[in-house]
Amino acid sequence: MLRFLAAIGAVFLGFLAATGRLVTFAGLALATVLTPPYYFRALLRETINIGYFSLPVVGLTALFTGMVLALQSYTGFSRFSAEGAVATVVVLSMTRELGPVISALMVAGRVGAAIAAEIGTMRVTDQIDALTTLSTDPLRYLVLPRLIAGFLSLPILVLVADIIGVFGGYFVAIYRFGFNPEAYLNRTQQYLEMSDVVSGLVKAAVFGFIVALMGCYHGYYSRGGAQGVGHATTHAVVSASVMILVFDYVITAAFFGR
Amino acid sequence: MTDAVVPKISVRGLCKSFGRNRVLDGIDIDCATGESIVIIGGSGTGKSVLVKCILGLLHPEAGSIRIDGVETVGLRRAARERLMQKFGMLFQGSALFDSLRVWENVAFGLVQGRGMERQAAKKVALAKLAAVGLGPEVSELRPAELSGGMQKRVALARAIAAEPEIIFFDEPTTGLDPIMADVINDLIVKCVREVGTTAVSITHDMVSARKIADRIAMLHGGHIVWHGLTAEIDHSGDLFVDQFINGRAEGPIQMQIRAV
Repeated sequence: MLRFLAAIGAVFLGFLAATGRLVTFAGLALATVLTPPYYFRALLRETINIGYFSLPVVGLTALFTGMVLALQSYTGFSRFSAEGAVATVVVLSMTRELGPVISALMVAGRVGAAIAAEIGTMRVTDQIDALTTLSTDPLRYLVLPRLIAGFLSLPILVLVADIIGVFGGYFVAIYRFGFNPEAYLNRTQQYLEMSDVVSGLVKAAVFGFIVALMGCYHGYYSRGGAQGVGHATTHAVVSASVMILVFDYVITAAFFGR
Repeated sequence: MTDAVVPKISVRGLCKSFGRNRVLDGIDIDCATGESIVIIGGSGTGKSVLVKCILGLLHPEAGSIRIDGVETVGLRRAARERLMQKFGMLFQGSALFDSLRVWENVAFGLVQGRGMERQAAKKVALAKLAAVGLGPEVSELRPAELSGGMQKRVALARAIAAEPEIIFFDEPTTGLDPIMADVINDLIVKCVREVGTTAVSITHDMVSARKIADRIAMLHGGHIVWHGLTAEIDHSGDLFVDQFINGRAEGPIQMQIRAV
């Protein structure tokens, strides 16, 4: 019995230690923003990597998510003669929930893994130590630009995803189920509030930060050559995905839990 | 105390462990300004750990590391960044940045570390590449497009680009053919003799050690078991040193191997 309790305690202590390491890592990286030098070129490069190059995968995912949403809600609501709610369901689901979450999960797979692999490889090939010997703080040069780029890029990506997703639903509603286009768009606008969009964008900013942070953290502390980099990449994607879902609940509760 | 008697690097009682494995156990070593010291020892004896402790990449549990008489253990981040401007480092695997071109690698410390204009830094980088025997046609390539020997020379150019006061060389000739190894040795000697840089090198390669060292120190079991002038090493009278420099399996250094 004692051994069982000790095992639970060890897991809990391990979780607390890992959380402490992660928060310390994020704090040290963010603290570098207070003093120069600033690496604007690195920030631009990472913003393009995280934001611009994720547009195709996020756009495609959002398009099909919106289309499936329209399809599912129509088949469900038609049982209660409530087909008119399709437009509302699509726009609220996309802006509040699916736009940010699906986009962030896609970016976690594409960018979080790439960040962990790149920084992890730099770690195991001494490139991070080389940065230090060249009077360059690795947290300032490698981590901070990625954290800022993740934080800024995701809201823009999600805004684009929201628009594409809503139009995905629109196409299915109009061309498959014969909805009136004007009525559908009116319905879309009628029930959409600014807080729906803002909550989605706040989620996106937090998710973007999480994806970049988990990629950087696991890459930065990777050990043991190619296998270590592989583990870092896996952990970066899995932990970012889990944290996205946890923080999705927390932010949703903060906005709409009243 | 005058500058003449203050060692460039002074290490006292340095201890470093990884878990229960005590790698460095009370290391004492000095290096004078403009001197080239080579640390020899078997694999896993802590040579790289010692250098990484001096560079501040690893934190020792105990002991003192003084650079120009100033204690560096426990320096805060900003002071450490300033101190780093005195150092250059040639890593064993070169550690060139894959995503940057050759000249950007060489100029990195000047541009990012010291805020020099890119064009001015490029001129310096090209001059340093020329100094290690690489022409401007190499400067636009990526590190992955170079041979191992060329990568090592680029790494050397990067280490000397900012004209540091102290350069560390970690296995500078490992993995190179004998001719390329001699080219690298010559370049190291040139750096030390012509520029007056203080050099600390780690190597298993006794040919290299004899060529580049003013003094040699042997690390074993977490201690410096012998140190002296390069010319004295063949008559050290130390069993560890004799076994190591003659490459004999028999002797006080026992390799952990299992019977097949």
